[in-house]
Amino acid sequence: MKPDIERLYRQMARMRFFEEAQADLWNRGLVPGEMHLGMGEEAVVAGVLDHLREGDALALDHRSTPPLVARGVDLASMLLEVMGEEEGLCGGMGGHMHLFSREHLAGSSGIVGSSAPMGAGFALAAQYLDQGGIAFSFFGDGAANQGLVLESLNLASAWKLPQVFVCKDNSWAITTRTRSVTGGCLARRAASFGMPSFRVDGTRVERVWTAAEKAVRRARAGRGPSFILASCPRMEGHFLGDPLLRVYKEPLKQAVEIGPPLAKAAFSRPLSALARRCGYLGNIGRTIATLGGERYLTAIDPLLRAARLVPEESRARIEEEARSEVAEAVARAMEGRRRHG
Amino acid sequence: MARMTFAQAVDCALETAMAADERIMVMGEDVTMLRRNLYVRFGPRRVRQTPISEAAFLGAGVGAAMAGLRPVVEIMLVDFIAVAYDALLNEASKVNAFSGGKWNVPLVVRAACGGGYGDGGQHQQCLWGMLAGMPGISVVVPSNPADAAGLMLSALECDHPVVFLEHKLLSDYWLDYLGGASRGTVSFDVPAGGAEGEVAKPPQPVPIGKGRVAAEGSDLSVFSLGVSLHRCLEAASSLAAKGIRAEVIDLRSVTPLDRELIADSARKTGRVLVVDEDYMGFGLSGEVAATVAEAGVEAAFARVCCEGVIPFARHLEEEALPNKRRIIAAALDLVSG
Ligand SMILES: Cc1ncc(C[n+]2csc(CCOP(=O)(O)OP(=O)(O)O)c2C)c(N)n1
Repeated sequence: MKPDIERLYRQMARMRFFEEAQADLWNRGLVPGEMHLGMGEEAVVAGVLDHLREGDALALDHRSTPPLVARGVDLASMLLEVMGEEEGLCGGMGGHMHLFSREHLAGSSGIVGSSAPMGAGFALAAQYLDQGGIAFSFFGDGAANQGLVLESLNLASAWKLPQVFVCKDNSWAITTRTRSVTGGCLARRAASFGMPSFRVDGTRVERVWTAAEKAVRRARAGRGPSFILASCPRMEGHFLGDPLLRVYKEPLKQAVEIGPPLAKAAFSRPLSALARRCGYLGNIGRTIATLGGERYLTAIDPLLRAARLVPEESRARIEEEARSEVAEAVARAMEGRRRHG
Repeated sequence: MARMTFAQAVDCALETAMAADERIMVMGEDVTMLRRNLYVRFGPRRVRQTPISEAAFLGAGVGAAMAGLRPVVEIMLVDFIAVAYDALLNEASKVNAFSGGKWNVPLVVRAACGGGYGDGGQHQQCLWGMLAGMPGISVVVPSNPADAAGLMLSALECDHPVVFLEHKLLSDYWLDYLGGASRGTVSFDVPAGGAEGEVAKPPQPVPIGKGRVAAEGSDLSVFSLGVSLHRCLEAASSLAAKGIRAEVIDLRSVTPLDRELIADSARKTGRVLVVDEDYMGFGLSGEVAATVAEAGVEAAFARVCCEGVIPFARHLEEEALPNKRRIIAAALDLVSG
């Protein structure tokens, strides 16, 4: 089987443009609170969810909008929701970390790791009802160290649940390099629970698609869960306005705020172990530099990668359609907002 | 004395105590960045980054405390403690009793709590009532920088588990991270007297379990803490303009609760209003009512609390959390009733 690359690219473009619109609303102050975008995860989401069928379930984390866009949830109703409007997907009660669509069997949570057991429950219901449905759980590399996730891997394996675990590995958890707090390798860890574990370059949608095809086939055949570890970039920092990215974007302004207290702490009395303290200061600088550097210098944009696989004429048409779909949703959402404003 | 933000005051208390006591160490997610001023001074041995494994590292905090350390375990937001509840409910709170009083758990759990910045019902809870419901654990909720530093010092000196809750509306860095304050297109109702204030240098301990009269009055007693305390003070000045003198009391600790102060004030005014940002049912507000009743004081009672899941939408959230309008309405009802 071969993927339909135009269909995948269309989904990726829809996710990206939707999130750009969301970011714009957030910057304008129309969306309160945090805003975690899934920019950089589009190939993972599109490659996996291309295999979704009606009746399948989705358990999502705090970057839930791309999967919901791919799933076909009404775009305007999501925009209204993140703006806290009564006409929004969840009546303004959920907000961007807690988007739920019952008709799509899709739920999300801001509690890191909780999409794994929720997905196991969706899968258990699917197995029990025996109507051919399966469940997808999306979570990050940081979440892979959460007890909830590890216990769910075991549960799904022991019960042969029709579940696909998708770990979007952007190598960071807020400001922590996941590698620095993780024992062993995540892909091997999942395999040791007795399930196939696929490791893919999550910036290449066609490769994600191929791995997911195997995982989904296995789940549908009643042979149990699989684990997909897909590497991808975190293009907009942990969340919009990420203070660490800010340090990188406006170094001088931020240095004035962060620098003096740090220097004061490093040189506070008694002045023991000064050399070591300077080393710690350096570690902080390095963390900031890698975070910023990765974003601006080396990040591979999965959307650009996928675009290269699409013939020029259809690419322009797909982008055009996705853009106008999002623009129309924004217009509808703003109209709804005005009506109730 | 020095002027400090709430966050600086807590940092200052920790720094003072860590410099004096080698056994104190801090661990939690992202602490090298969140507590970078402590990190550059004390290094990775004493400021330790954890994986997102709260059940493991809070549980490990209990064990480490039993084995001689004085860990400060950070649960980023108190909502997240749910995945690690065993460590508190069945371990930390029980060791002293189970060992016949021979073994203590000098553990501090630090977590941010509270709402008012549009982060939804999984990130803005208070939960101090639920936490205080466990025997053997103290829960403190400072409402200003001096109390924040003082209660943190006392928590670090305490030989038993203490949960230290830091309201996000008082902590500029949390509002920056979680509220997206940097975009400049949003605003929050931050109580000035809570976010910044004078702190003794070196900071002085504030005893756990002691409340404070924040404003004297004789017509009704208003009990509160955290950010709600400031809402009560604002309400009290509006009530004063109507000739109603409210006594506003900052409880500061949920457990131990300052029952004497509660009973004394209730006896004086005969009217009790509890303003609690935590859930209404089975929590602090009911406990204050029980305290008054058990002291044999006859008093009219009312409460303004959070009654259900905290809504995401700002306008709904504002109504769900205690606000000045609701407090004034409840106070007027009490006084006229
Ligand atoms: C139980 C719990 N602990 C901590 C947090 C705070 N938190 C939110 S997102 C996040 C990092 C998650 O990292 P990862 O799973 O890799 O996802 P990413 O954000 O990198 O996509 C943390 C620690 C939380 N929401 N829930």
